[in-house]
Amino acid sequence: MLNRLQQPWVASIAIFVGFICIWAWLTTTPSGPISAADAEYARLAGQSASGQQASAIPSPWAVALRGYELIAHALDNDNPNNLGIAWHLVYSMARVALGFTLALAVAVPLGFILGLWPACYQALDPFIQVLRPVSPLAWMPLALYTFRDSTISTIFIIFICAVWPMLISTATGTASVRAEWLNVSRVFGVPKLEHVTRVVFPASVPMILSGMRISIGIAWFVIVAAEMVGAQSGIGYFIWNEWNNLQIASMIVAIVLVGAIGLALDVILKRIGERLSFRE
Amino acid sequence: MADLDINDVSMSFVDRSGKQLIALDRISLAIEHSEFVCLIGHSGCGKSTLLNIVAGLLMPTSGTIRCASAVVTGPGPERAMVFQSHALLPWMTCVENVHLAVKQAFRGAPRSELMDRAEQALKLVHLEHAIGKYPFEISGGMKQRVGIARAFAVQPKVLLLDEPFGALDALTRSSLQDELVRIVETTKTTVVMVTHDIDEAIFLSDRIVALSNGPAARIGRIWKVETPRPRDRLKLTTDFEGIKYRKEILEFLYKKEPFPQFAS
Ligand SMILES: Nc1ncnc2c1ncn2[C@@H]1O[C@H](COP(=O)(O)OP(=O)(O)O)[C@@H](O)[C@H]1O
Ligand SMILES: [Mg+2]
Repeated sequence: MLNRLQQPWVASIAIFVGFICIWAWLTTTPSGPISAADAEYARLAGQSASGQQASAIPSPWAVALRGYELIAHALDNDNPNNLGIAWHLVYSMARVALGFTLALAVAVPLGFILGLWPACYQALDPFIQVLRPVSPLAWMPLALYTFRDSTISTIFIIFICAVWPMLISTATGTASVRAEWLNVSRVFGVPKLEHVTRVVFPASVPMILSGMRISIGIAWFVIVAAEMVGAQSGIGYFIWNEWNNLQIASMIVAIVLVGAIGLALDVILKRIGERLSFRE
Repeated sequence: MADLDINDVSMSFVDRSGKQLIALDRISLAIEHSEFVCLIGHSGCGKSTLLNIVAGLLMPTSGTIRCASAVVTGPGPERAMVFQSHALLPWMTCVENVHLAVKQAFRGAPRSELMDRAEQALKLVHLEHAIGKYPFEISGGMKQRVGIARAFAVQPKVLLLDEPFGALDALTRSSLQDELVRIVETTKTTVVMVTHDIDEAIFLSDRIVALSNGPAARIGRIWKVETPRPRDRLKLTTDFEGIKYRKEILEFLYKKEPFPQFAS
């Protein structure tokens, strides 16, 4: 019994319960410092603080209730102003999927070229180094101006932030294939094309997949911000919209969903990585 | 005509600080058809470098290698190699690993024939049960068997082995040595093998070539091992002849060419 209590998941549940208790205690204490701050937020958001109850940080029960309502109406699609949360998530995931796929289609072949020809890598390296640290949102106005379409712009933002980790890890993986495997190809006379497809590519799969995992994480991270700026749908738009309506409970529900989906994407890519990578 | 002619081969490397390091200094050695030659010498003296030059993986700074009277300019199908770290591709099954090599050596042959050759090669080293297995599913000794099967499968004139059994335990090593002797005797392959195991060298070799200490290693001494085959591993360790070779090689390695830090 004591052993079972020492399991890490027992501690996780205890931390969760403790967190909910503190949250409940803080949000049900009347006229705490938090309510005063909420009035401030309400003014900042350009809304009249219509009574402290509406704008206060909601209690865990209120959030749970709101979560239930949102999920009950998740698939609503009767008018553009009443889109269910599931549709917003679908929009976001579709944009991430498109931008990520485009990035993958560019990063892997280009990474291969950079990895196989060090001179190309050296020539492109300065551009990669300069572009990579640019915050994806810095591209937003330029993208909106160029594409004149918010959906294409968000997809472009996802592309531009997802492409670098995959490009660099593919190039590194391709360039650092073990010398013994390269020697196998040379000693037995494996021709160039077969060498690339059957030796270099499988050898770099683990690196490519770890780059994909980093990229999908960043893409999911960025989509929320991108949709806040330039979209009329998606989970980022939803959060921003709920903030404008001071629906704090909805925002919290959305944050939890964003986290859960991000985790799911990461686990899926990790599984794929384990399936496709070679074992030694 | 020698099968393999190493003619006045020197090799120098330029290290990172730009200093030149002479690894091999004018090495000449002619190896006859179906002769088994072991290279021994202290670690770092240049044995792998010499073997890689013969394989065509490295080009010598000066001198030439001839294999069956053709000058070596790179790797070729008449020279196959067994690597120390087995060097199997982990994403291919054992038979696919062998097939990859066979396919290049018998280019144009029908797929069924190539597959057949690959399977035959694995049977030759008693691995018929591991044909469809991945390298991670089999033991270290079995992986090295696959490495040997891959090398023999391309039917090379010259087989090169770089400390192939160095990472194996003593029992596995002896059984692989027996296997190697058996196959070499039936295929009449010429063999150059690097080893640091003196007993292994005596058991396998027709000639043992000892390199002097690097840098600028040269051939220090050559022993012709005349013990008739088939050789008895046990008798070699007790018979006068075996003991004599062992003593001479040890003397060479520890007295005449002591490892730098042992020299006093
Ligand atoms: N690519 C290289 N660049 C620089 N020095 C090298 C290179 N390869 C080998 N050497 C040097 O050449 C010498 C011989 O190495 P090696 O042939 O691997 O020795 P051995 O196999 O006898 O242990 C060593 O001093 C090693 O540091
Ligand atoms: Mg070596």
